Amino acid sequence: MSPMVSFLGRRLRHRSLVIQKRLLSDSPAIEKTTTQRIEKILVANRGEIACRIMRTARRLGIRTVAVYSDADRDSLHVKSADEAVHIGPPLARLSYLNGSAIVEAAIRTGAQAIHPGYGFLSESANFAQLCNDKGLNFIGPPASAIRDMGDKSASKRIMGAAGVPLVPGYHGSEQDVDLMKLEADKIGYPILIKPTHGGGGKGMRTVQSHDEFVDSFLGAQREAAASFGINTILLEKYITQPRHIEVQIFGDKNGNILHLYERDCSVQRRHQKIIEEAPAPNVKDDFRSHLGQAAVSAAKAVGYYNAGTVEFIVDTVSGQFYFMEMNTRLQVEHPVTEMIVSQDLVEWQIRVANGEPLPINQSQVPFHGHAFEARIYAENVPKGFLPASGILHHYCPVPVSSTVRVETGVEQGDTVSMHYDPMIAKLVVWGENRASALVKLKDCLSNFQVAGVPTNITFLQKLANHQAFEDGDVETHFIDRHRDDLFVDLKNSVVVQEAYNTATLSASFVAACLCEIEHYALKESCHVGRGFHSIWYSHSPFRVHHHAMRTIELEWDNEFDSAGSKLLPFSITYQPDGSYLVKMADNASLGLEIKVTQLGNQDFRVEVDGVSTNVSLAVYSKDQITHIHTWHGSHHHHFKQKLGLDVSDDDETQHKTSFEISSHPPGTVVAPMAGLIVKVLVKDGAKVEEGQPILILEAMKMEHVVKAPSAGSVQGLQVTVGQQVSDGSVLFSMKDSM
Amino acid sequence: MIRNLAKRGVSATASSYLNSNSWTIANPNQIRLLQKCNFSSGVLPNNVDRNSEAFARNSMAMESLISQLQSHIQKVLAGGGEEAVKRNQSRNKLLPRERVDRLLDPGSSFLELSQLAGHELYEEPLPSGGIVTGIGPVHGRLCMFVANDPTVKGGTYYPITVKKHLRAQEIAAQCKLPCIYLVDSGGAFLPKQAEVFPDRDNFGRIFYNQAVMSAEGIPQIALVLGSCTAGGAYIPAMADESVMVKGNGTIFLAGPPLVKAATGEEVTAEDLGGATVHCKTSGVSDYFAQDELHGLALGRNIVKNLHMAGKESMAMGSQNNSLDYEEPLYDVKELRSIAPVDLKQSFDIRSVIARIVDGSEFDEFKKLYGTTLVTGFARIFGRPVGIIGNNGILFNESALKGAHFIELCTQRNIPLVFLQNITGFMVGSRSEANGIAKSGAKMVMAVSCAKVPKVTIIVGGSFGAGNYAMCGRAYSPDFMFLWPNAQISVMGGAQAAGVLSQIEKANKKKQGIQWTKEEEESFKTKVVEAYEKEGNAYYSTARLWDDGIIDPADTRKIIGLCISASMNRPPEPTKFGVFRM
Repeated sequence: MSPMVSFLGRRLRHRSLVIQKRLLSDSPAIEKTTTQRIEKILVANRGEIACRIMRTARRLGIRTVAVYSDADRDSLHVKSADEAVHIGPPLARLSYLNGSAIVEAAIRTGAQAIHPGYGFLSESANFAQLCNDKGLNFIGPPASAIRDMGDKSASKRIMGAAGVPLVPGYHGSEQDVDLMKLEADKIGYPILIKPTHGGGGKGMRTVQSHDEFVDSFLGAQREAAASFGINTILLEKYITQPRHIEVQIFGDKNGNILHLYERDCSVQRRHQKIIEEAPAPNVKDDFRSHLGQAAVSAAKAVGYYNAGTVEFIVDTVSGQFYFMEMNTRLQVEHPVTEMIVSQDLVEWQIRVANGEPLPINQSQVPFHGHAFEARIYAENVPKGFLPASGILHHYCPVPVSSTVRVETGVEQGDTVSMHYDPMIAKLVVWGENRASALVKLKDCLSNFQVAGVPTNITFLQKLANHQAFEDGDVETHFIDRHRDDLFVDLKNSVVVQEAYNTATLSASFVAACLCEIEHYALKESCHVGRGFHSIWYSHSPFRVHHHAMRTIELEWDNEFDSAGSKLLPFSITYQPDGSYLVKMADNASLGLEIKVTQLGNQDFRVEVDGVSTNVSLAVYSKDQITHIHTWHGSHHHHFKQKLGLDVSDDDETQHKTSFEISSHPPGTVVAPMAGLIVKVLVKDGAKVEEGQPILILEAMKMEHVVKAPSAGSVQGLQVTVGQQVSDGSVLFSMKDSM
Repeated sequence: MIRNLAKRGVSATASSYLNSNSWTIANPNQIRLLQKCNFSSGVLPNNVDRNSEAFARNSMAMESLISQLQSHIQKVLAGGGEEAVKRNQSRNKLLPRERVDRLLDPGSSFLELSQLAGHELYEEPLPSGGIVTGIGPVHGRLCMFVANDPTVKGGTYYPITVKKHLRAQEIAAQCKLPCIYLVDSGGAFLPKQAEVFPDRDNFGRIFYNQAVMSAEGIPQIALVLGSCTAGGAYIPAMADESVMVKGNGTIFLAGPPLVKAATGEEVTAEDLGGATVHCKTSGVSDYFAQDELHGLALGRNIVKNLHMAGKESMAMGSQNNSLDYEEPLYDVKELRSIAPVDLKQSFDIRSVIARIVDGSEFDEFKKLYGTTLVTGFARIFGRPVGIIGNNGILFNESALKGAHFIELCTQRNIPLVFLQNITGFMVGSRSEANGIAKSGAKMVMAVSCAKVPKVTIIVGGSFGAGNYAMCGRAYSPDFMFLWPNAQISVMGGAQAAGVLSQIEKANKKKQGIQWTKEEEESFKTKVVEAYEKEGNAYYSTARLWDDGIIDPADTRKIIGLCISASMNRPPEPTKFGVFRM
């Protein structure tokens, strides 16, 4: 609620303009539309976008209906809606992709319109058609436009005819492997393989050479079939230094189409955007208007109305731009546009669906400032950005303001489920110019607190702090190009040492804060029961002629070093003045004298040597381990503490101590993430080469090939196709060949 | 009483005067403080001149005593030496204080007793008497800890070790504190078996106490963290519940070498009396611990599950508690500058009281009568106490006043704090004729029979019958501590030298030997030296005539902890014997 409110606050500056236009455009000619005015919307989506749509609807006095699967029964989007309808099991195919169940829900609840959000059914022409057939107002473009643009090959043909520049490629319907290979050879490598339907990078592959083509092609087909039900593939020339720039367009049912400037979405990983911005940096005004005009003509070519995005690939070498595709929906990154044009695009969508004309014309579109969006994902960055799932034990986004928006669909305690997209939130910031917006982005990222699942926040911070990014020198291979700066190079001892030093400083703060927390918890509990006994819990604890000491062992979970966690043993001496002398137990350093003041439940002010700083802590327990996350300055660290005491494991036959964390013997291969086994490529006991694919795991609609870590024979391969495996479960182990 | 009322009247008018003038004092605490300092009868004035020469002299002298104390303490905290500590570590064992720390509620206080027991007592050093004892909370419940130090002579029991163990049990029995024994001991120290084994208050008494306390419902818990040989085996065996640590903990009546000698059987310590044997087969122990930390965690769990709720509701600690209390108005650290090292110089005990009690508020009883004994009511950490302190020699009146005040406190179930700085009762014909012995006997009778918690702190001298009347060790105070400057003896060294030299002179005269002045002086010097040595705080604490030497600045804190511990039991009515009238 609040992010939108403050966002609207900023809109007020342009209110007069909007009102003026509204007076002008409310001409009687429009009133003829027979569509019933929307009073209730069913949002056929989940997560942040569902919440986002409902927020605008509520502001407009429109009631909302949520739909949900079993996995989302307690989700924020369900709570945010006036009504909610259960539509099926967690599997998207049976719930959020089940068009007839959703249409039925709309009819049951009396909604006049359905907003599809993005993803799921948002670009299903059949669904749009189904809505129309059932007398429901589909808030989006006409089904025909979805159909035209949804088929990427068809869309290119249409755009080519309309004079929009295209990347050389093969868009034919003939899909025979050998023919495709021939076509690929014609275009020349590197080449991009792409399903004709769907988006979001699913099923996309780059092929560097002739030899790799067949494997990649078949994989892309399989993924496309699993995700979109259609497995046709197109081929394109792969541009080596491209920028991804897209134009937000909007049309009404009267044939008016305008553009709301462009967004740069070049910074991507796994072909998915992670930082977007509007307007695109380092772009000249005439280029910008060319791009806008091209987008508007593209939209006109298909008789478009409602929100749409025309994506272009810009070859940074030649300065040439090519039409890539058109997304016939509201984009994930639409807020950056909203921020620079001070409009609410969801409101526009609803008004257009109501048959109203666009509130302003092209020349009236405001253009002010610069906005960034950073997508915060539950993902495992060092493991190649693999999606992660788990419980959000701690979730404390930055406070919103007129220039900071947090679009989120989750709350603390929610589960990031493996069934859907693992995005936690979108952080959107606005500034007068790119530099000031970037400062804000960095600050917000530092203060965005998530614990319980691994996230890409630290990585986003590194991106935002990178000099090339600061210069606006972006392209789609940004992350690959700057790999050495963005990932900790374990061979660089200076960097490793620096990371270790900040981690030990954080850990020292954590140790002191833990003592403080513990002390107050105990003092509280004994105040309730035995009054006079509270003097035994004085601060600092009393000892006769010496200072009380204790040890705290923290395991530093170094997220950029998959090899590991490092044990940091501390000895803490309670000083008579209430401060803590925190020392590394195994070295002779003097230690830090830390004074802690508790500010809130999780917030502390920590003072060392006359310098004080804020420290936040999130503590939760999982699997006999206490997890402690800490944030101070721009640093975030994750520590683990064994829940050593108060266990009662008295099985003396078990020789492992209860404090040991179970680990697997060498050669064991575990599931890199939770998912579904889609293919087992070898038999148990088979002799394989190092790197040979053993099985294919599908999760979050992405395929992951599990390969043999070494040459040898595969042992204990028990999983079968169709089996669900959990994160970290043992798949098989490798035995050296004799 | 009338005086009090009159004073209250004054204070009332004074405060209304304040109001009528509508003074605007922002801070209500400030008003309270103002009112208290000027008008409340109870607040003690600050009668210590911080700029005086005496203050500086006393500070310096006490500072050197405390630094000497610190250096002794540092030595005993190091345990039985570097090598032994390393050996202990290599066996994955912690030191006794570290073990206690892990049992205590994290971040809680620990009142350690008699750290300097065994100080210069034997030819070889015996840090802390080879055993660590003290009181602290576990899951909110105060417990008595008795932890062998395996780095000191293998944790074997010297005579002083036994005495310290028994003293801890005595306190536990008196205060009804669950006992946690952290056992890691080779049993009795054989070369001194005659002083360790046979007598009533020797080794066997440990198990007797365990049985008797268990019968009284005071939980007895043993954690076997190391060896527990011979007699020591009875500690876990006599306990209500016991934990054994795999690998380190062993219980047997005879170790492998003795077994081999006796029966020829060759067996490892673990197979003979390890945790597996005793938890699985013999049933000597109840909980199997994978390692020491696990064992200590199990120990905490046992305490968590003690169901003493019913008993605790009767404890005195649950009544009449005011959680809000004020710190004394004057710095407690100044207690280090009050007591003169020369015991001949007197000081006003009220300056000590002012730095011990809440808000320095002390409502004096019989202020004008028997002025050499100061009595009155105060609170320490919110808990009411009766304080009895010396301001000179005890006269008839002082003794009667003391007896009266003790009776008051026992009637009202108010704990007593004795602040000793006493050279003794007044001697001389006038005193005797007035029946000083009778008056003294009344006070001794009152002290002996009072069933309220009693805490004694010796802040200066403790001589003769004064020691008795002021609740010396023989009068079983619940706790007794010394300041580093304390002196305890039947009389002062100089007086003793005078008496002894007169007798010696008379003897010599009988034998017809002339005693030169020099000879007499050297005789006297020897006596004085001996008295000074034996009257010294270290001599006392080494032999466990007290529960420890404390930093004067810790006095308030320690009295508070002691009273808290001794309030753990239900109140007991006092019945006095025959007072000689």
